[in-house]
Formats: sequence, structure tokens, C-alpha cells
Amino acid sequence: MTRIMGYADRVSLQPGETVRIMASCIGAKSYRAEIVRLLSPNAGMGASEYREVTVETPANATYPAREQKMHAGSFGVVPEKWALKGVESFTLQAYVWPTTPKKGPRAIMGTWAASGSGYGLSIDAEGAAEIRIGAFKLASGVPMLERRWYLVAASFDAKSGQVRLWQEPIYDKSFHAERPVMVEGKARASMADAGAPFLFAAWRSGEAPSPTVYGNMLTTGHFNGRIDRPRLARKALDRAQIQALTAGMLPSGLEEEVLGFWDFAKDISSQRITDLSPNRLDGEVVNVPARAVTGHNWTGSEMNWTKDPQQYGAIHFHDDDISDAKWQPDFSFTVPKDAKSGFYAAKLTSDEAYFYCPFFVRPTRGTANAKIAFLASTATYTVYANNRGRFTKMLTELYQGRISMMDAVDILQFEFPEMGVSTYDRHTDSSGVSTSSRLRPVTNWKPHGRLWNYCCDLFIVDWLEHVGMPYDIITDHDLHVEGQDLLRPYNVVLTGSHPEYWSLEMLDALDGYQRQGGRHMYMGGNGFYWRIAFHPENMNIIEVRRSEDGVRAWDARVGEYYHQFTGEYGGLWRRQGRAPQVATGVGFISQGFDACSYYRRTAQAKDPRVAFMFDGVTDEILGNFGVLQGGAAGLEIDCADFALGTPPHALVVASSENHSNTYILVAEEINIGHGALDAVQNAQIRADITFFETPNGGAVFSTGSIAYAGSLPIDGFNNNIAKLTTNVLKRFAEDRPFAMPR
Amino acid sequence: MFKIDPSRLDVAKEFKARPFGEHSPELQYVLNYMRTRQTSQFEVLVMTEPGKRWVLGFMPTGGGVPKLTNQTFDRLEDAEWHVFKLRWKHITGHDLPIE
Repeated sequence: MTRIMGYADRVSLQPGETVRIMASCIGAKSYRAEIVRLLSPNAGMGASEYREVTVETPANATYPAREQKMHAGSFGVVPEKWALKGVESFTLQAYVWPTTPKKGPRAIMGTWAASGSGYGLSIDAEGAAEIRIGAFKLASGVPMLERRWYLVAASFDAKSGQVRLWQEPIYDKSFHAERPVMVEGKARASMADAGAPFLFAAWRSGEAPSPTVYGNMLTTGHFNGRIDRPRLARKALDRAQIQALTAGMLPSGLEEEVLGFWDFAKDISSQRITDLSPNRLDGEVVNVPARAVTGHNWTGSEMNWTKDPQQYGAIHFHDDDISDAKWQPDFSFTVPKDAKSGFYAAKLTSDEAYFYCPFFVRPTRGTANAKIAFLASTATYTVYANNRGRFTKMLTELYQGRISMMDAVDILQFEFPEMGVSTYDRHTDSSGVSTSSRLRPVTNWKPHGRLWNYCCDLFIVDWLEHVGMPYDIITDHDLHVEGQDLLRPYNVVLTGSHPEYWSLEMLDALDGYQRQGGRHMYMGGNGFYWRIAFHPENMNIIEVRRSEDGVRAWDARVGEYYHQFTGEYGGLWRRQGRAPQVATGVGFISQGFDACSYYRRTAQAKDPRVAFMFDGVTDEILGNFGVLQGGAAGLEIDCADFALGTPPHALVVASSENHSNTYILVAEEINIGHGALDAVQNAQIRADITFFETPNGGAVFSTGSIAYAGSLPIDGFNNNIAKLTTNVLKRFAEDRPFAMPR
Repeated sequence: MFKIDPSRLDVAKEFKARPFGEHSPELQYVLNYMRTRQTSQFEVLVMTEPGKRWVLGFMPTGGGVPKLTNQTFDRLEDAEWHVFKLRWKHITGHDLPIE
């Protein structure tokens, strides 16, 4: 069976810029690539006919197939350095917090390699701490418990062959019967390549001269869990000396013996790891493990890692982390100078297999080609990349109210689990996934399959094409970098069907735009919800800490609510004084995925301020049709809430009703659980179409529903939702200012 | 704890008539019971033509490649009813005497 996957190295391009496409094709000799501009989703019945337009370019060609592999699993590495050479006697020690101690042998630290050379600390098949010296192994014989801190140390005296191993649980407030363990043995061991790279959380398993492999070094035995204050000495230390090395500062009297004295509390936002010893055995981490996580000495007295990094000196490694597949480009495409701004993709096909590698073409920076812009939710698309968890348990069906659905491209996630998961998932050790990268094949960023995010936003593109007014496509990534300047040329900016994830820079830019007369059409539901942080060195990677509450696939551990990339507090914008109702008039109230409903016009729809909106729209019921489960109101819905910031002068012109039992009040609205939380019983659950004016001639229109976009194409755009929305677009695109009501 | 009463064919008929949307409390209990069972695998639909055709598959709980069957549907309502009947039989031990 042929399999094909790929990704683009850039997400947003200006005319004249070049994108490189990385591909992997298995089971065929060649594949075909075409650059396409996407104009509608492949959504089936009720939707417009699927349209993708091939761009004339030499990049459209047949390419030889080759397999490019992905290497998941995070680890730390100190490159081969002089100080690491000639180690004979040694002591290794660290605080460790294993999360899957029973998952089979795993590395903690050292130079040990699967070939049987080097030395290292590890966990054996039973979950016990273990020392390895060449072919020699000695374990504590006592399995460690999951998610408990231990001091693990091992010493080896090359002259006598004496080996000692300590495994000591750290005191905490839990009750357990564990006791410190110390075992001894004799080793006549060889450490043939003791000068090799020193690794944390992985062993070397071979060499592979491939750009996709970090340092041409294959790794295995990836550790799940946390490592804190790792140390390496060139002598077999006694227990008192080991204790001295557990301090945060290098103790006097051991300077000569210490080789590595790593402080993972340094440079938490970066990929660097820092050695405080005179040897400066600095290194880096690979595949973005979680940092800014509580360490062995976290007391609960501090919740913010930036205030006391020493309580956050641990790195949490996972065997399924992946931040960059590091594939090599197969071909490139230079955006023509006259290319239309839009949703583009490299479409890869081979036999029956296909895969889209999306990217966007925006106007040249500082220019605009239209008065209308659609802001593609590239941050949200990235955060959702490779959402696997929704397929792996029946719980999904419980809250969606229907059988889970996938397509052939989704199944690639299970055939190639090394492509990693999304921030909607948990790692293999059950910890929440807090970072997501776009630099890998992404199975749910495509114009087909589940109608969600990217696919739903193509409904809006399809409608814009139908309306026929010029428009530009811009992206979240552009907005984060360029701020308000990106938006200023436009009379109206449309946000997507589900623009859920926003950085502070993005939100401030939108706020400033709206205050300066910009018009905003919020075309979806559950937007402006979670705060995110972009990686400081690589914007393709985004972090989200799911703190406090909200509708969430996992919850951040207590004490870990601050992003590692920026030090900013994570969680809902609602919890940080920026509730979505402030910017858009509406905010998330419920979700359900079995059936969508309709809106009913309110008395406020008769207000002369919104007469433009209802020109030619006479129906009282709006959107009782749609590609997305039969209605315009549904999936995830928002309502006005004046207590949370809906402007006092906002008009709610239509509200949805008649939602099903699966629509439950969002978690952040529930202080005390009770039996009337579903939409059948709870009138609070509704989508509100909302309008209000902003200073300097601006205005905001919000649909409050993800499903809204799916109603636009019904009957060839001849319906009350398309008519109403087009009225808004045309008025918002005019230069004529809106007046704030007196 | 709630258990499915195999004599309540009215509940099954309600589901067949309207698999999506508002359900009676009795039917919602039945669906919640079906969807919260501990099972080694569960039913999924694999879409083979966008919005037009789906194949029934069984997904290992916890992840894995779904095992596809020969059962195909061109309406999601039919797929829901087919799976409802399978689950009813599995849980109650009784076939649903409703086509």
C-alpha cells in the first residue's frame, strides 16, 4: 500500500518568496505534486462543488519517491568534549520523577550506548534504578513508583571495581512504605568510548548519516518523566559528597571532582541546558521536552517559575515528543509576483494515496490588495495538529453524541505514531501535551475529512469567492509578528470559524485595530479562548498551558500554569481580564456535536442601527439548514454576557434555541454541579448573533457559532444566512464610518 | 445504577427515528450507558467519500489502526442505528426486534 505524507517549511508567504515541500512516499516509485489554490472544502452534500485550482509552475511535476523517517522522543545532549574523555571512575546522580517506570528499560543519563559501551544511569525493566558500565548492570531491585521523586546516584571506582547504587525516595506529604536502598557490586567493566556524547533521557543506538537524525545519532530508551539537578563526577563519591552535590550551587571542595553540574533551571524558555561547572559542559535539548515544570524541591509556595526558577529545575521528557521531523526538501515553489492571496497547498498524490501540505499566500508586507482580509487561524490549526486522542476512546462519542469519524489520512497517525500528537492529547505517560509543532506531517490540516477549523474556514473562502469582492488572506503568524500594522489597511477583517488560540500580541493587535475604526466580523464560535505562547526561536511551535478551568482535554499540573516559552500565565483569556465578550460581544457557552440548530430573530433586530444587516432578510428563523449537522447554530457556540464584557450598547439580533442534550454548559460556568446543565433545560445555552459599534467608525459582528460557516453555501448561497452575512460584509467594507450610539 | 431494560423498545424506536438531536431522558441514559462501557474496542466510521460513504470499523481502545468491516453506509443515520443494534444485543443479550 502506498503512503504519502509531507509538510511545508513555511506557513505564510509573500509574493516572490519560496516555500520548500518535504515529502515521504512509501510503496511507490514516484509521486505527483501540484501546487493548488483551495477555494472550497470537499464537504459533500449541501456544500459547493469542491474547487481547487492548479497553479501553473514548474514545481508541478513527478518526483522520485523516498522514505523520510521521523524520530520522536525528547532528550538532552552534551556534545563530545575534552572534559568527557578519559573518564574511568565516576559518580552519576540526579533527582528523577519517573512516569512510566514499568514501561521497559529507559535511560536517565550518561554515555551508555545500546552497543554496550559507555556508562550511565537508567531504569531497568522492573522500574528499578540501575547503573550500566559497558556490559555490566546493577539495579536496586526495588521498583520506583510513578510520579514520585527519588534521588538516584551511582558510583564506580575503576581501581577497585567497586560499584554502589543509591535509590532514595524524597520526603513528601504522601504516605508510602518506601525506604532508601543502597546496593553494591564489583565490576570489571570497560568504557571504550567514554568520551562520547553525554545524553539525558536517551541512549545512543547507532549512527545514521541522515539530516533527519539529530547529530546523525539514533537514540532509543527514551525516558518518560523528569530529571532535576543531574551531576557527573570523575571519582567514586561517598554518600556525603553526593549529598553535597545535590545543592543548587557547586559546593567548594568538590570542584576538582565535578565534571558536570547541570542546572536545568537556567534558560528554561530555550533549548539550551547549562552546566555550572568549570568545564561548561553545556548542551541542548531535542524535540522540545516540557520545561517550567515543578522540580524535586517544589513546595507549593511559588506558582510562577519566573519568580523562583530553582523550584522549577526539572525537565519533563517524553518518548513521543517531536518538534521537527527535519525532513529534507523534495522541491520548492516560488510564489509568483502576481499570485492571488489565498489558501494554497502542495497536493501530493501517488496511487490512491494523497496528502495536502498547506501554506498561505498573503500580500507583500505593508501593502494590501483589498479592503477585506480574512485572518486564517494558523495558530489554532497548529495547536490542533495531529489530534489523535479523539479517535482513541469512546468518551469522544459520549460528548459528541455520534460515532467518531475518520478518513484515510487520519489513519496515518496510527500507522506512523512517531508523527506525534496535538495539545488535545496526552503523552504516552498520560501527561498533557503542552506544545505542538507544524514541522511534521499534519493529518488534520486539509480540505477534506472532518469539517473542522481549516476545512470550515474554506466555507468562508468559498462564500468570499461567491460574493466577488476582492479580499486578502493573512495569518495568525503574521499578526503575532506585525501587530496592528497588518490589519490597519483593511476596512474589515474576518476571523474564522474557530479562532480559539491567541497570543497577547495577536489580541492586542486586534484590540488596537477595533479601537481605530477597524471592523471585525467574527465568523465562528469559541474564539479568543486560550492564551498561547510562540516558541521564542521557532514560531512553528506553539505552547498552551491548560490552567485553572475551561473545556480542556487535560489540565495543567498545579504550579505549572506559566508558559515555558514566555513566562506568561496560561489558560483562558477570560481568566486574565480579556474575556472574548470584550472584543467580540460573545464568548463560549456550550458545545455539542450531534445536531446543529437555528437562530430566531430578537426584538433588537428591529433596531435601525442594524437595518443594513436585514436588508432583504425577512425570515424570523435564520439558518435552519447547513452542511454542518443541519443548522447554522452549533458545534461550539457563544453568547453575550454583559457581566463578562459584552458592550452595554451591543445588540443581540438573533439567538439560537432548541439545542440537544449533548450541549452542556462550559466548565467555567459551573461552580456547583447540578442536573440542569444541558441545553434542553438550561436557557443560558444559546448562540447570539451580536453587533456593536466601536470608536472611530468601527463595528463588530459576531456569529457565535462554528456551524454558521457551513450554512453559507446552501442553495447556492441563496439563503438568509448568506444574505445577512453578505449585507454585513458590504457595509463593513465601506469607508463610511459607523457612529457610536449616544 | 442504571441498566438498559431490553423490554423498552420504545426507547430504541425513539433513537431510530432521531439519532441526532434532543433525546428523552430515558434514551439519553441508554446512550450514556452504551458510550461509557469499558471495552477493548469500539465502533468508528471511516469516510471513504466526503459526506457520502462511510465504512464501519473497530478501533482498539487506546489507539491503533482500525479494523475495517465490509459494512458500508451512505447515511450517517443508518450507521448510528446499525451500531445501536449491535450494542443493544451485546449489552442486553437480546436482539432488537426492530428493523
